[in-house]
Amino acid sequence: MSELETASKTSSESAGFNPRRSVGRLLTVVVGMFAFGFALVPLYDVICDVTGLNGKTGDQYTEAISQSADPDRVVTIQFLTNNNADMPWEFRPEVRSIKVHPGELNQTTFYVQNPANRTIMAQAVPSVTPFIAAGYLHKTECFCFEQQELAASESMDMPLRFIIDSEIPEDIETLTLSYTLFDITDRTSGQLAVVDN
Amino acid sequence: MKKAKQGNWLVALSMLLSSSWAHADWTVNMREGVTAISRDVYSLHMIIFWVCVVIGVLVFGVMILSMLMHRKSLGVKPADFHHSTKLEIIWTIIPVVILVVMAIPSTATLTAMYDASDADIDIEVRGLQWKWQYTYLNDDPEKEVKFISSLLTPSEEIYNDARKRENYLLDVDNEVVIPINKKIRFLITSQDVIHAWWVPDFAVKKDAIPGFVHESWAIVEEPGIYRGQCAELCGKQHGFMPIVVRAVEQAEYEEWLVGKQEEAKAVFETVGKEWTQEELMVKGEEVYTRVCSVCHQANGQGLPPAFPSLVGTGLAVGSMQEHIDIVLHGKAGTAMQSFSSQLNAAEIAAVVIYERNAWGNDMGDMIQPREINAMMNGGQ
Amino acid sequence: MSSVIEDHHHDDHHHGPAKGIMRWVFTTNHKDIGTLYLWFSFMMFLLGGTFALVIRAELFQPGLQIVEPEFFNQMTTMHGLIMVFGAVMPAFVGLANWLVPMMIGAPDMALPRMNNYSFWILPFAFTMLASTLLMEGGGPNFGWTFYAPLSTTYAPPSVTFFIFAVHLMGISSIMGSINVIVTILNLRAPGMTLMQMPLFVWTWLITAYLLIAVMPVLAGVVTMMLMDIHFGTAFFSAAGGGDPVLFQHVFWFFGHPEVYIMILPAFGVVSAIIPTFTRKKLFGYASMVYATASIAFLSFIVWAHHMFTVGMPLAGELYFMYATMLIAVPTGVKVFNWVATMWQGAMTFETPMLFAIAFVILFTIGGLSGLMLAIAPADFQYHDTYFVVAHFHYVLVPGSIFSIMAAVYYWLPKWTGNMYDETLGKTHFWLSFVGVNVTFFPQHFIGLAGMPRRIPDYALQFADFNMVSSMGAFLFGFSQLFFMFIVIKCIRGGKPATAQVWEGAHGLEWTVPSPAPYHTFTTPDGIDLKEAHG
Repeated sequence: MSELETASKTSSESAGFNPRRSVGRLLTVVVGMFAFGFALVPLYDVICDVTGLNGKTGDQYTEAISQSADPDRVVTIQFLTNNNADMPWEFRPEVRSIKVHPGELNQTTFYVQNPANRTIMAQAVPSVTPFIAAGYLHKTECFCFEQQELAASESMDMPLRFIIDSEIPEDIETLTLSYTLFDITDRTSGQLAVVDN
Repeated sequence: MKKAKQGNWLVALSMLLSSSWAHADWTVNMREGVTAISRDVYSLHMIIFWVCVVIGVLVFGVMILSMLMHRKSLGVKPADFHHSTKLEIIWTIIPVVILVVMAIPSTATLTAMYDASDADIDIEVRGLQWKWQYTYLNDDPEKEVKFISSLLTPSEEIYNDARKRENYLLDVDNEVVIPINKKIRFLITSQDVIHAWWVPDFAVKKDAIPGFVHESWAIVEEPGIYRGQCAELCGKQHGFMPIVVRAVEQAEYEEWLVGKQEEAKAVFETVGKEWTQEELMVKGEEVYTRVCSVCHQANGQGLPPAFPSLVGTGLAVGSMQEHIDIVLHGKAGTAMQSFSSQLNAAEIAAVVIYERNAWGNDMGDMIQPREINAMMNGGQ
Repeated sequence: MSSVIEDHHHDDHHHGPAKGIMRWVFTTNHKDIGTLYLWFSFMMFLLGGTFALVIRAELFQPGLQIVEPEFFNQMTTMHGLIMVFGAVMPAFVGLANWLVPMMIGAPDMALPRMNNYSFWILPFAFTMLASTLLMEGGGPNFGWTFYAPLSTTYAPPSVTFFIFAVHLMGISSIMGSINVIVTILNLRAPGMTLMQMPLFVWTWLITAYLLIAVMPVLAGVVTMMLMDIHFGTAFFSAAGGGDPVLFQHVFWFFGHPEVYIMILPAFGVVSAIIPTFTRKKLFGYASMVYATASIAFLSFIVWAHHMFTVGMPLAGELYFMYATMLIAVPTGVKVFNWVATMWQGAMTFETPMLFAIAFVILFTIGGLSGLMLAIAPADFQYHDTYFVVAHFHYVLVPGSIFSIMAAVYYWLPKWTGNMYDETLGKTHFWLSFVGVNVTFFPQHFIGLAGMPRRIPDYALQFADFNMVSSMGAFLFGFSQLFFMFIVIKCIRGGKPATAQVWEGAHGLEWTVPSPAPYHTFTTPDGIDLKEAHG
């Protein structure tokens, strides 16, 4: 054993290491990287916000509307509506597209109707193309900020109020805002059950 | 006995080797395509290909030379050099230079690909398991054209019961029609899993992501039929959701568009008329074969457990209301999707009646398309 | 410090292996564990290969002949998972177990008990994974990259077992890598500096760091899947504020370094074999080390080149294109160094050398097609086609797998004490070489012509090359049974091997007798550091 210890010691002296300590250090790296995997989730959201990745739009825009409308520029904004699989609602924009001046506050509505014979909760997910435009679309009110609920056969008009930032790059003349409706009835009922417990 | 067996073998072998399908020309290289972008991509591909060939020839040339000249059997003595800073710097710098030179045209092409502004026509492309839905966006909702495009190849060809025809697996029932020399913007999304919309002749390939919209574009310069396929694994029928785009002159496009708009109107009217059960059965079989048989199989037996049988069990011989409900709205957590946006009321009535009366499911009941329409539009 | 080793050596220092099956179950000997890893890997190679042959049999002709699309998808998925996690990675761990201690003059791995655990986890993990094929709803069918939501919302019920299997594999790999790192950093023979280590040890040290950095990320991503499936979170579902694209980013953050985990040790193997059979020192040892380290570093910052068509902002796309192209530089340095090592040597062409030369040539072809894939605009045409399939099989089969076979032939005489049959070995090489190229070269063409990957049936213009490719696959597949025969024949007997085995071999492992005694380098006396690296 003594020879072995000498062998190990000599090289450990040169490298300044000790197995228990180095195992400990390496395990810290492992735990750290596992946590890093989860840290990628918020990090990804930040990157999405900065770059407009996937055309994700920001949360409710609460700053005071200080911008004045730019009457010389017109941007066309196009509305797309989609249902995810298994979502039976009828879902359509009031108008397919509108022309707006950057800086002004605009309003439109989306019509939804629940043809199924059960109450359904829905979540609308927005997405903007081109991605770069996502950061210039400020929504002061949007049905996508909250979950929507319709009882069987009910319908409603859901409002959207937004401003196109007057800083929007010159070369963007059309931007497409898409909403996808997801049926989240099961998801929310599951969460409620957890809360009840 | 032995001879018979050998005979069978020979037949099998000859069947294996003789083409039991239509001859198709094969190619070994990327298509040049019919858009400015696709030609740019093709030339980038060819440049980088030749760069690789030259590097390959040089490296393998030196290796082969070395293997021929520097073998022990020739009595050579090994040299004892084992590094040369000069050489190592040279073969670090040369690749860097090549890469920089390659990066310049690549950057230009990529930048051009990303500029989807000023489009003449916007088409929403939506992937669903396992077909494509196209919507030609229009400010006037009456004029909007929307249709589902799915595989036309019959299952007999796929299962080798019929001769495979030209465009096997690359034919669809409804082609996307676009005018030439117009900038078409494709807004690509999905309603279930990730698909990818790919037309090689346009060098357009974009993932369709559920919940998000991505854009791509093309200006097609030559009339023709261009075929593509889904390029992202999306489940069982991933290999069976082709894309067909027909590029035509502007006038022909407009004619087609008007035709499609009238077709939609006609469907609207057929939904209103009174149907007989026989009419629904005929229509139902056609719809079933096209839409349902992929999972539930032509004989209705399904592929349990994923795709349940419809023969003599379940909703097909149960409550009609629930049966209609599941066809309209799908069943959450299974492959059974909602068909309310893919099929019109007449088609849904027909397929429900067909399922309830085919394969010995003699339910004998009846429903009119307009009743379904009422359910779809909130009557129920 | 060496209490971990001491515990073990107090017990069985002076006697040989225990008798019977229990020798293998409880062994803490690095040579035994290396052997276990290698046999396990070979069995997984045959299993994954069988799945590949099912795929190639179905693709022999257009039309659906043998399997249904549902099962076909399970085959592509399981083939990928088993080959990556069951065949290639354990084979390299097996080689590390056998060779790292002998190359650095250490008596054993630093943590022998953990070494035993990290191996014995694997059979459980893979039994669990393979058993999913028999479960209701079938096994994983979403590709080895398991993109959400196909692998979450739309997955078969067996996905939970898949997730647990991946967790077990991850734990095994992490324990294995910790062991390798601690061994290399602590147990080198007295006086051996890092820059005196053989390149195989170097590449494994770097690989082990890559493993402990990215396997936890893989564990994280499958944990998120598990939570999405069973606990109602929405990491990857837009419905709850998540994003399916996030999955791909996290996955490829693991996945790209994983690609290098499977090739860096291969570089080490080839860097040992080529100098031996050219009877010349490795050209540019230091630059090889630096190149390996830079490849490892770059592997962390290029992941999104797997996602060019997913949709990224232009700036992101450009960044990932440039960064990816950069990898060609250190990789090129390696290839040039091997060629320079061969230049003006005195070469002989025994089986390991044949495999090593084939590695350099065919890996370079795979590397060049990788360079083509790095060009983002062109990748829009290549992505998810057979061109990509051809590319990564060129780097993995004649790359990683040829290097493993080269390693087996090279060190087999040291392990068994017998020379393998050279004629049979060369026959195996040529069958494999022809098989691999007939299988994968035509796939470049069908990919460029537009055939998507992961499809069970295809359009008629792809028929001819698919048939050729399938024939190559069967040739390659069955040649590997021949490989097994050669190895078993060598274990059972053959011409006795000398200690040095190969005329030009240098390194500490060649200073011990053949077969290598059960315990080697138990004392540091008589270790000749001049022999440490060729």
